Amino acid sequence: MIELEHVTKTFNAGKHNQFTAVDDVSLTIAAGHLTILKGPSGSGKTSLMALIGCMARPSSGRIRLHGIQTSFFTGTENDSALDITSLPERFLTEIRRSTFGFIFQQFNLVKGISALENIMLPAYPTGESQAAFRRRALELMELFSVARHAASPVEWLSGGELQRVAIARALINKPAIIIADEPTAHLDSKLSLEFMEMVGELKAQGTTILIASHDPLVYDSPLADSVVGMRDGQITGITGTP
Amino acid sequence: MRKSVAFTVFISVNLFLLVLLTLHARYRQTTAIRERLGRAELVRTLQLTDLCLFTEARYTRHPAMADRFAPFQDHPGAMEHFPSGSLVTPPHSNATRQEGS
Amino acid sequence: MSAPLNRHSNILEFAISSLLRRKSKNLSLLVLYTLIVFVIASLIFFVQALKHEAASTLKDAPDMVVQRMIAGRHDLIPARYGEQIRAIRGVSAVSPRLWGYYYDQVFGANYTLLVPDPKQVEPGNILIGPGVARNQRVQAGDMLTLKTSRNAPLLLTVQGIYPSSSELLSSDLIVLSAEDFQEMFNLPPGQATDLAVTVANPRERVTVATKIAELFPDTRPILKSEILRTYDSLFEWRGGMMVVVLAVAVLSFIIFAWDKATGLSAEERKEIGILKSIGWETSDVLLLKFWEGIVISLTAFLVGVVLAYGHVFFFSAALFEHALKGWSVIYPQFKLVPVIDAYQLTVLFFLTVLPYTAATIIPAWLAATVPPDAAMRS
Repeated sequence: MIELEHVTKTFNAGKHNQFTAVDDVSLTIAAGHLTILKGPSGSGKTSLMALIGCMARPSSGRIRLHGIQTSFFTGTENDSALDITSLPERFLTEIRRSTFGFIFQQFNLVKGISALENIMLPAYPTGESQAAFRRRALELMELFSVARHAASPVEWLSGGELQRVAIARALINKPAIIIADEPTAHLDSKLSLEFMEMVGELKAQGTTILIASHDPLVYDSPLADSVVGMRDGQITGITGTP
Repeated sequence: MRKSVAFTVFISVNLFLLVLLTLHARYRQTTAIRERLGRAELVRTLQLTDLCLFTEARYTRHPAMADRFAPFQDHPGAMEHFPSGSLVTPPHSNATRQEGS
Repeated sequence: MSAPLNRHSNILEFAISSLLRRKSKNLSLLVLYTLIVFVIASLIFFVQALKHEAASTLKDAPDMVVQRMIAGRHDLIPARYGEQIRAIRGVSAVSPRLWGYYYDQVFGANYTLLVPDPKQVEPGNILIGPGVARNQRVQAGDMLTLKTSRNAPLLLTVQGIYPSSSELLSSDLIVLSAEDFQEMFNLPPGQATDLAVTVANPRERVTVATKIAELFPDTRPILKSEILRTYDSLFEWRGGMMVVVLAVAVLSFIIFAWDKATGLSAEERKEIGILKSIGWETSDVLLLKFWEGIVISLTAFLVGVVLAYGHVFFFSAALFEHALKGWSVIYPQFKLVPVIDAYQLTVLFFLTVLPYTAATIIPAWLAATVPPDAAMRS
């Protein structure tokens, strides 16, 4: 479960180009739910996800995570949460690495290396043995039907295959929460629907999923537990149960 | 083989080679003692003062016997012109004697 | 394997794979870098070996050599000077030395002619160094001809050739009898090339030298310590060729480091941003750069040093021959005894590895500290 309490994020505070990306957002997202953040660009969806995903710190407010497992904190869903608002950088990074998986709009795969290596990359600095995460990576590739491209450089893959590799990469460290930023922006309808199917499978396994999108194929999907509308950094409306 | 393993093996092999070469040096130093004694004998009997390294000019062949002015002897305004002359320096004399001789 | 070891191993793996992505550039960098280390290490080995050789061989040189100078040039010395020097307290022996140079026009080589005391060959016979034998293409038993100062030919029989283990001393030597020497150079009677003086007590040598200089102001005594010091300072880092080679090497190091230090390409920057966004910490990115630097510089150092050792001690520093030979025709075949100077090699190690690795890490520092959500915004 993710709890946000009056979270605000302001850039360039005090300067002439001060900009409030997230304005007093309070939100609770249940574990295992698929929550869609809907809104035009500039509405604060990306910044909000960055805050939740331990990529940035809020200017004010509190963010609490329940049920996360790291080397320094183990909690179950229902008991004490970890307040990540003012955690030191390296703890934040560890949470990010172990709890979250990210899927970016542009996929952000590293060119020049193979699909398999791309998928394994997030696991390299974790100290896990290569044999272990390599096996996991190959299993993920099997799961997403791209196993035959394991050794291929990513430049050879089609858009749909890249998407699946990007998802596999997000899963390599067995995250509890997936954050996806406009994942279908560069995909056609068929691939977008395939993407939502894969999201459904992940949800079935208990993963909490957060997607920012202005694609109707995403926010109108029956899989979504809730759609949170945003505009100008504020929540304009919530449908369903986040 | 994984690249990191291959690299580690490569470095280890090289380090091992270095160790071998150190041992080789040690070995050659001990076997060379007899040769060195032979050379020392030659120096004693022939009363030699220099190694035969550069046979181009007198002062490069016997740098220990040369002085600062030897390369410029040939005529006034002469320049040092033997290549190995740039490598060879005249002996440093004790400061108390013969400065400017 | 433990977690920290895994982390290093995995990141090293990625570092190598990153280097291999720009294979031709990094390979040529590696080859060039190795070459530089090779040249410097060869120089270190060569010079150290020679220095050791000189020090150990020449410590049996005469205690003192007295030369006569006329108008600033080395001239012949009257043997009677030797009688007076013999009388100085502390001097145990004085022996006039007869030696000189001979330029052979046919073979274009300079030989050193020397008469040993006590004599070792009869008139008409000579002992020659291996360099002379090679130059004249003669063996023991053959004859060779020298031209005297009166332009008459002098036929001499090669009684023996000095062994190859003495090349460094005898390569260009021709040892002959006093009579033949006189035949060659027609010295005025009672003159010698210089005087070899034996002073048994090392501490008295400077005093004796001073006395000789007072007694004969036209002489120049050369002490054994000065002879040894000449060879000590040969190839000193401060002199001649060494400065040039060193300057070239340092310049090359700088060029390599500069190429790295002038910052990352946009592609490299983007890649670091991606790594940060997928969970790599700043320290992980820096470790990656560290390994990239180490892979190249450590390889260059080790391979360069190993090859240099082989070059100097198995191939007699063949690549230096051209530079060292200069205009010499006779050039000794170096079979040097290996000497490994740990201090200089350690300095070389730090010079090779540290600046290059630093130059690989530091430009990446700025890119590595980029906030992880930057990838989401771009």
